[in-house]
Amino acid sequence: MAPVSTDRDLRLDLFRGLALWLIFLDHIPSNAVSWITIRNYGFSDATEIFVFISGFTAAFVYGRAMREHGFVVAGARVLKRAWQIYIAHVFLFAIYLAEIAYVAHSFDNPLYTEEMGVRNFLASPDVTIFQALLLKFKPVNMDVLPLYIVLLLWFPPVLWLLLRAPVTALGLSAAFYALTLRFGWNIPAWPQGMWLFNPFAWQLLFVFGGWCALGGAQRIRRIVDSSLLRWLAVGYLALAFSIVMTWYFPFLGAFVPKFVSDAIYPISKTNLDVLRILHFLSLAVVTLWFVPRGWPALKRPVFQPAIVCGQHSLETFCLGVFLSFAGHFVFTEVSNSLAMHVAVSVTGIVIMVAAAMLASWYKQLERGGPPRPPTPAGTPATAGGGR
Amino acid sequence: MTRRFGLLPALLGLPLLLSTGAALADHPAECLVAEHELVRTFSLPHVAKAIAARKLDIVVVGSGSSGLPGAAGAKGAYPARLQNALAAALPGVAVKVTADVKSRRTAAAMLRALPKVLATVKPALLVWQSGTVDAMQGVSADRFSDILEEGVARAAKAGADTVLVNAQYSPRTESMISLAAYTRTMRWVALQHEIPLFNRFAIMKLWADLGTFELAGAANKLDTAMRVHDCLGRLLADLITGAAKPGGPD
Repeated sequence: MAPVSTDRDLRLDLFRGLALWLIFLDHIPSNAVSWITIRNYGFSDATEIFVFISGFTAAFVYGRAMREHGFVVAGARVLKRAWQIYIAHVFLFAIYLAEIAYVAHSFDNPLYTEEMGVRNFLASPDVTIFQALLLKFKPVNMDVLPLYIVLLLWFPPVLWLLLRAPVTALGLSAAFYALTLRFGWNIPAWPQGMWLFNPFAWQLLFVFGGWCALGGAQRIRRIVDSSLLRWLAVGYLALAFSIVMTWYFPFLGAFVPKFVSDAIYPISKTNLDVLRILHFLSLAVVTLWFVPRGWPALKRPVFQPAIVCGQHSLETFCLGVFLSFAGHFVFTEVSNSLAMHVAVSVTGIVIMVAAAMLASWYKQLERGGPPRPPTPAGTPATAGGGR
Repeated sequence: MTRRFGLLPALLGLPLLLSTGAALADHPAECLVAEHELVRTFSLPHVAKAIAARKLDIVVVGSGSSGLPGAAGAKGAYPARLQNALAAALPGVAVKVTADVKSRRTAAAMLRALPKVLATVKPALLVWQSGTVDAMQGVSADRFSDILEEGVARAAKAGADTVLVNAQYSPRTESMISLAAYTRTMRWVALQHEIPLFNRFAIMKLWADLGTFELAGAANKLDTAMRVHDCLGRLLADLITGAAKPGGPD
């Protein structure tokens, strides 16, 4: 099965870039600007967008590599990518430890004796660091990269099957998801509990992304473009919106019938609740309605910053996690005013864009090409596979 | 009884029955700025009965953030302040608040302690504070939800209402302890079981944002901590008396 087009769809980069910005905004605790992000208006959030598009681009890039160079070469490239992400994760963990150490030394408030328990992680660094290297200890906001690593580790055989029997591959993935929900499978975490993003559940979205990249999108195009589905999607988004509003205005909760709340709660993010999948799919259907393939406006400069971030997603993601730590630090140490929230949010995004442009420029250098100014539309920059 | 108009319904032009309860004038102003965070959508029938019988026993089950360090801390922490505020608000009712508070307890540990506490105190109300330790330990949110549900069911079986109290707002450690999943779970459990949630997180966040209390400060200031807990006790008392009004909450 050949992908329908060899051009990279800029919409992928655009929406992955936007998702990375939203993840950054959401990761700064109590950030007033995070009120604009989608998680406040529905069940799903930027994580779904990020995982789906990552699956799509991984299948697109490594699928081509697998067809041209075979299973071993493509598989080796996937594993190299997983290794890079692992290194990035460990780097972020070092920053996290430094932050805990700083707070533990500088903060002593009788209100917060309980919270200061976080410094216990420093009391036995041998265990803490070892558990972090095993990906079992994953501090705040550091759950996405381990998920990505696991998804990539088993991606070579998945991709092999996706190329030969796409429907079977997707069906197996869905069956695995269903069994995971049924039997509660997950990977254990440290000091206790399970992974916050259960890879056995989240793989469904990643594989679905891959399936779409390898021709699936073409197959379901008619259904996706049908007005019935579009209006169903709009209806579901409206329903989700009204449920979510009862979380922020608790008195509205009285208007939600008990059988509805019994049926929907808890909406598990860990296990990628079906309600979240449906919400993401609805968002996708509505988005595709308004942003068709080859939409001319995608080439406009206004979208370039998000697109270039989407093309260098690993660098941008890691920088975003670091910047959200730093942003929160500014809130507590310098100023917690609304103006500061806006300034930190905007500055963070500008830094992410600048870093992504720099990464583009480096990539050009490494290819031996002339160091032109970054032109995102021209670079097939991908999830690391390159050409 | 005052009637207020919230932001969203005001925009929609809907009158909002968000009453803030009566007889609040004697609380310090610093407490009252957060009064509108109290939502008494759900009632407390056992508490109402106990008030009618002039004897109200309450047990607060919580972890470290339900207490304050030192000898003065025990008297200044919100369970003791709750007893004071309730006694003042309910003249002629024998109010007794028992605090079962130990540091570093997860919800699961508290659930294990619950049968004994319920049997000895025989409370009309269980105030269950939870969230922070589970977040630090990384207990899965689904499991946290199951544990809360079981505790609420046990309390109901023992003839007690439950009020859930979520984690406190701690600006310094926000980027190290991820509370969102746990506060969300508590909100859902409260909604599903139609019990009140004392949104301590939102109240303290409001105080921090408005500058009512300096919560991000590094200094070891017990007096600020005592004032915070005094307000928490008073607001919790308002939530309880409002939800226990005969004929249900307003």
